[in-house]
Amino acid sequence: MQETNKTQPTGEWKPKIAAFFCNWCTYTASDLAGVSRLKYPATIRVIRVMCSGRIDPQFVVDAFAEGADAVLIGGCHPGDCHYATGNYKCLRRFHLLKKYLPQMGIEPERLRLEWISASEGKRLAEVVHEMSATIKELGPSPVKKVVETFEK
Amino acid sequence: MANESKPKLKMAVYWGAACGGCCVSVLDVHEALFTVTEHADLVFWPIALDTKYKDVEAMPDGHIDLTLFNGAVRNSENEHIAHLLRKKSKIMVAYGSCSHMGGIPGLANFSNKEDLLRRVYDECESTSNPDKVRPQEHYQVKEGTLEIPHFYKDVMTLDQIIDVDYYLPGCPPQTERLVEVFLAIVQNKPLPPKGSVIGTTGLAQCEECTRKKSDNRSVKKIFRPWEIDDDGETCFMDQGVICMGPATVGGCGVRCVKGNAPCRGCYGPLPEVTDMGAKIMSTVGTMIDIEDEAEIEKVISNIVDPAGTFYRFSLPSAKIRRKIK
Repeated sequence: MQETNKTQPTGEWKPKIAAFFCNWCTYTASDLAGVSRLKYPATIRVIRVMCSGRIDPQFVVDAFAEGADAVLIGGCHPGDCHYATGNYKCLRRFHLLKKYLPQMGIEPERLRLEWISASEGKRLAEVVHEMSATIKELGPSPVKKVVETFEK
Repeated sequence: MANESKPKLKMAVYWGAACGGCCVSVLDVHEALFTVTEHADLVFWPIALDTKYKDVEAMPDGHIDLTLFNGAVRNSENEHIAHLLRKKSKIMVAYGSCSHMGGIPGLANFSNKEDLLRRVYDECESTSNPDKVRPQEHYQVKEGTLEIPHFYKDVMTLDQIIDVDYYLPGCPPQTERLVEVFLAIVQNKPLPPKGSVIGTTGLAQCEECTRKKSDNRSVKKIFRPWEIDDDGETCFMDQGVICMGPATVGGCGVRCVKGNAPCRGCYGPLPEVTDMGAKIMSTVGTMIDIEDEAEIEKVISNIVDPAGTFYRFSLPSAKIRRKIK
């Protein structure tokens, strides 16, 4: 995430959301949203992973430290994981992160997990709409600035 | 007897924000201390010698061959001496978890300065301070001005302040490792590349740990160490106790687990791990064998202070190295 928080031509600040989508469900759903010409805010930066179980909490911590305003994780519905149990691993890591973030003074709303199947392009667009609105309300994430400035 | 043909090595040991354990670990070389002093002059070591800062300032640059800096950088004095010793030393070693990763003093990064001072000087049960006196950096007395160092908002690792040549991890480091490093320098052996973490195996603690580990973990509840009846043989993770072993690099000889306590992660991350706490979250997420979301939340709520447990020694060196607000 090299780019800085660019303001829109209208001068409006737009959140930057790192989105980790699993190859088999949510990534395909985002593809479907695209071919169905569904509109959603251009706030997400999609990173495709083979399974939501591949999403190491290190990725999430990294995303925040590198300047993401929020992180969205998308995986297959419970029971539907292409690799049987990857999404459950993801779910448990998500809940650990949800406990960790407030301890670090980061609003837990900045991390969201959604199960979106390959056929739910519409749901994907809805989630991105909702999340963009939530993050807009919270404002830019201060994490990057804080970790880069050593206060004496 | 000193080797007459070879000048003695000049060595310094300094403590920043530390408990003193690292300095004591230097003494733990026992009789080998005589071997050390045979080959080296300790030119600066506040815990044991009465050398003053001005004596160090008077030394020419690069005068000291080896400096072991233990402790995190917490105040202006720590930082000043870190810069000074860097200038005066050929080899700078971050000695121990605190200078390596922030260590236990680094847990202060979970609070802000005002919270810390309020707790210590106003609220602490054992504090009697009716006038709400706080430490003053400059204080006038009739003999002149008294000064104490400036207390920083952030706890920092040594390499966030100065250039560090080597890291010797551990809380405290294994004394044997220190002797090895020392002898390598004395015997003019080739030194490891700059930036190396010395005395580590490069593999997880689990590789050395002899406890029985199951291939199919099925943890239904997380326990604190005192809540289980440890059989002394089964992996702590299998028993539902959080052990930092899987994210921690080996080299200490699994001291804690051999003493029937789970690893706390003082040796630092594995070479590929960028964030120790996040890595152990990954492991803990895998070991819990529950699929119902409400149940998962319940089990995870059993972990008291997850961030403090996962980042016990490594918070100031973590990706998110302090509390944000």
